[in-house]
Amino acid sequence: MNLTLSIPKTTLLAGLVLLSLAGCTTVKEYQKSRINDAEMELSARKSEKFEQNFYLYREGAAGANGGKSGGGCGCN
Amino acid sequence: MKRICISVGVLLSLWRAGYGQTTTEPAYEKRKLKVEEINLVSSYYQQDGNNSAVTGGIGTEHLTDFAQSLDLVLKTTDRRNRRHTITFDFNIDHYTSASSDQIDPLTVSSASRSDTHIYPSIAWNVHNDATRTTRGIALSYSTEYDYKSYGINVNFAKASADNNREVSLKAGAFFDTWKAILPPELRPEGYGSGAHGDTDPVDYKPRNSYNVSLSLSQVINKRLQVLLTVEPAYQQGLLSTPFHRIYFQDGAETVEKLPGSRMKLPIGLRLHYFMGDRVVIRTFYRYYLDDWGMQAHTVNLETPIKLTSFVSVSPFYRFSHQTAVRYFAPYSQHKTTEKYYTSDYDISGFTSQFIGTGIRMAPPGGLFGIGHWQSVELRYGHYIRSTGMVANSVTLLAKLK
Repeated sequence: MNLTLSIPKTTLLAGLVLLSLAGCTTVKEYQKSRINDAEMELSARKSEKFEQNFYLYREGAAGANGGKSGGGCGCN
Repeated sequence: MKRICISVGVLLSLWRAGYGQTTTEPAYEKRKLKVEEINLVSSYYQQDGNNSAVTGGIGTEHLTDFAQSLDLVLKTTDRRNRRHTITFDFNIDHYTSASSDQIDPLTVSSASRSDTHIYPSIAWNVHNDATRTTRGIALSYSTEYDYKSYGINVNFAKASADNNREVSLKAGAFFDTWKAILPPELRPEGYGSGAHGDTDPVDYKPRNSYNVSLSLSQVINKRLQVLLTVEPAYQQGLLSTPFHRIYFQDGAETVEKLPGSRMKLPIGLRLHYFMGDRVVIRTFYRYYLDDWGMQAHTVNLETPIKLTSFVSVSPFYRFSHQTAVRYFAPYSQHKTTEKYYTSDYDISGFTSQFIGTGIRMAPPGGLFGIGHWQSVELRYGHYIRSTGMVANSVTLLAKLK
């Protein structure tokens, strides 16, 4: 695999994450009313389940979104 | 839509009857496995376009799919105070595909004019509060007319002492078998059609997929959290579709041919921010590349707005751009000297957009007087692809607790 092109983008992503981590503050459990809101869950919504399936079948890119990344045909 | 409502209604009635029985359980049985949550998802999807791979990159892509999903989450706590979660997930979808009817229009329309796809799975997770770890295993199965798949996944996660950070590792493998149905004009002498009742043999080909997912989630402050996921995947076996036709520049015809392996590297970043008291901003970005020459960028933005304490609307927009795999060419553009060839527009270069909205209701006393019916969500989206394909999707989700 040619990873040369991906290196700047991967670095940019990693940099953004590191910057975010550097700005972290310790959040106590009693301060997490908003973080624990159902809409804040760090995953795809249940109602997106079948949308993620059709992305997998109709597009070439897949994975890293919590959806299926293999198994099944998708050839129709 | 009517079918979706009827099916959800029937399932809700069954649930209500079942719940009536559990309320009589004595208190000392609290360590027994209890139903924590049930999610019922019904979806209708239809698409249309004019670049079917079955007919070499031209012809109708009309397809409809009616999908149903039931997931049942059971929980219990053991003597060492570890929380066990067992999730049964049963999915079934029925599709009709006009292009698949062109595989063998004379004899084998059963080879996929319409088909039913069934894919159940079971997952078991154990969370230990003392060590802040979660371990789990999941098994899955998938079957349709010409395809079978067995899957296994294991996962491990560990949270930081303040529960603001979590690292998780998942590994999965799918072992698939494909019944190689060929277009009639391209079958060797004595090769079967794959239809019921045809005793001539057909080939069965393997396709295996392996993936590893490493994720890091972090609470940044009281309103913001992020998740970074890297999920390399490797596939090997029959990765081309045996009934996809190819037409060469000189008019010759054959079936799609692609390499026997594919390495994929998607990297995803999810960032969720709670703005004010009513608006949540959910963003997702993914960069993808593989060794077939495809690169892709996908951005998703969804903003749930809480209109009242129990009603929210969630407009969303998704944009994706991908480059073509190096083996792609449109109808009649491939040369016979090429080693690999495909006219499948799903792996061509294009941009796609998906726009829509969802509405969610979760009244405190339950919906329609049913206390356990916690919420209902209706979601509609319109998908357009620069190749000319358009699709519509409507989903209804009912959650019971």
